[in-house]
Amino acid sequence: MRKPTTDSSNIPPSRRFYGHGVPGVKLEEVTGKLIVVEGADGSGRSTHIARLVDWLEICGHPTVQVGLKRSTLVSSELEKAQHGNILSRTTLSLFYATDFADQLENMILPALKAGFIVLADRYIYTLMARDMVRGMNESWLKNLYGIALEPDAVFYLSVEPQELVQRNLAKSASLDYWESGMDLGLSRDMFDSFVKYQTAMQAAFRQLRKNYGFTIVDGNRPVGSITKELRKKIRALLVGK
Amino acid sequence: MKTFAELNFPGRLIAVEGLDGSGKSTQIYLLKRWLEAEGVKVYFSEWNSSELVKSATSKGKKRELLTPTTFSLIHATDFADRYERHLLPLLRAGYVVLCDRYVFTAFARDVTRGCPPEWVRGIYNFAAQPDLTFFFKADLEVSLNRILEGRPKLKFFEAGMDLRLSNDPYESFRIFQGRILEQYMAMSHKFNFIVVDANQHVEKQQSIVRRIVSERINLTQFRRRSPLPLPPTILPVAPPDNKAKEAEEDMAA
Repeated sequence: MRKPTTDSSNIPPSRRFYGHGVPGVKLEEVTGKLIVVEGADGSGRSTHIARLVDWLEICGHPTVQVGLKRSTLVSSELEKAQHGNILSRTTLSLFYATDFADQLENMILPALKAGFIVLADRYIYTLMARDMVRGMNESWLKNLYGIALEPDAVFYLSVEPQELVQRNLAKSASLDYWESGMDLGLSRDMFDSFVKYQTAMQAAFRQLRKNYGFTIVDGNRPVGSITKELRKKIRALLVGK
Repeated sequence: MKTFAELNFPGRLIAVEGLDGSGKSTQIYLLKRWLEAEGVKVYFSEWNSSELVKSATSKGKKRELLTPTTFSLIHATDFADRYERHLLPLLRAGYVVLCDRYVFTAFARDVTRGCPPEWVRGIYNFAAQPDLTFFFKADLEVSLNRILEGRPKLKFFEAGMDLRLSNDPYESFRIFQGRILEQYMAMSHKFNFIVVDANQHVEKQQSIVRRIVSERINLTQFRRRSPLPLPPTILPVAPPDNKAKEAEEDMAA
């Protein structure tokens, strides 16, 4: 059992929303930790999140996992829309923002208030990067995602596009339509499109990093050494927990 | 915010705004009938009507899942879908587009629900200003009565029950609608609302609306050309020969 005095010292002094936030939230109540893992499909995101959850739970920390397109409110509609590729870019962008907001308010914030460690399999950065690659205005996105809580840590698993192709093909022998940016018409060849799109996504992440500091983790290395690095950084966050 | 005319769109957009029960939908319907009869290319679009988004919105409302933030975002999604897929192409094609509610509904409602005004306006900044915005201003009691006559029960979000203003839906609706009205009035000047007294007879209001529309918009410009012109490629280059004449006569017969 933690003493109440320790509790209050756990409140990160820097706890904040990126912008206006969501109405009705008392930041001093948001005592858990929000850890985000970002990266393309094939960057090792899910592997590392699963490993982190194992490790954290064995250490006695309660965890909750969230990710894109998992909200109760719009996930199935979003799936349908994406399948038919019928939504225009602003619409799709706002639909994803709705999905994000629903999880933020109904999953992330309640869990953090209860002192949980929330592991987010992607966060607003992927959403913003995708939209930026599609020509959306960065300041519009910045305002839109002003609702988001600033995480305690963001790890971006950076893997070379050529390596990503190999990993995706090894896994499912095909490339995902959206992860290849096929809607952009970069190339009719899916392989080429994938590489071009992922290169553009990495450039967008670099651009975002200027305003939203995140840790770049070299994802080209063996799993074990990445795990080691992530644990080390997260351990530092959990001092006093 | 620039109007569609200022942005050199060939089409024009007319929006109606007002509280629930202000009679705006009746007015825009009658306006549509008139414009159609005048041979104008008209398209009508309603708030919260995009097919795909609608199922999520109604689920959210039914199950009371919506917070002020998601309420705002899901309506913005709906609007963006209609705006990008219908309104913009039609405005490019020279239509007169009629909107039952426009972004001002979000500006008023979402802010009343506690969303920051700059955030809401920022999200909708992809939308241009209507060329005409009619605001139907009825007394709160009049609106309330109209709503209650038609439907015996007020819906949860419609009554603003999510704001916990009162446990009584009628009292909640009254307070909620009153606050929305304040928001509307505060933006009325900035967005050039044409305020119509909605306590008057429907016919009287409609004649005011039609007069203003015909004064401000040169309707002849938006008429359907009849018959529709053939695409240039299939127009005969040389004068029609006998064969073509025969074919014409066949057609006539």
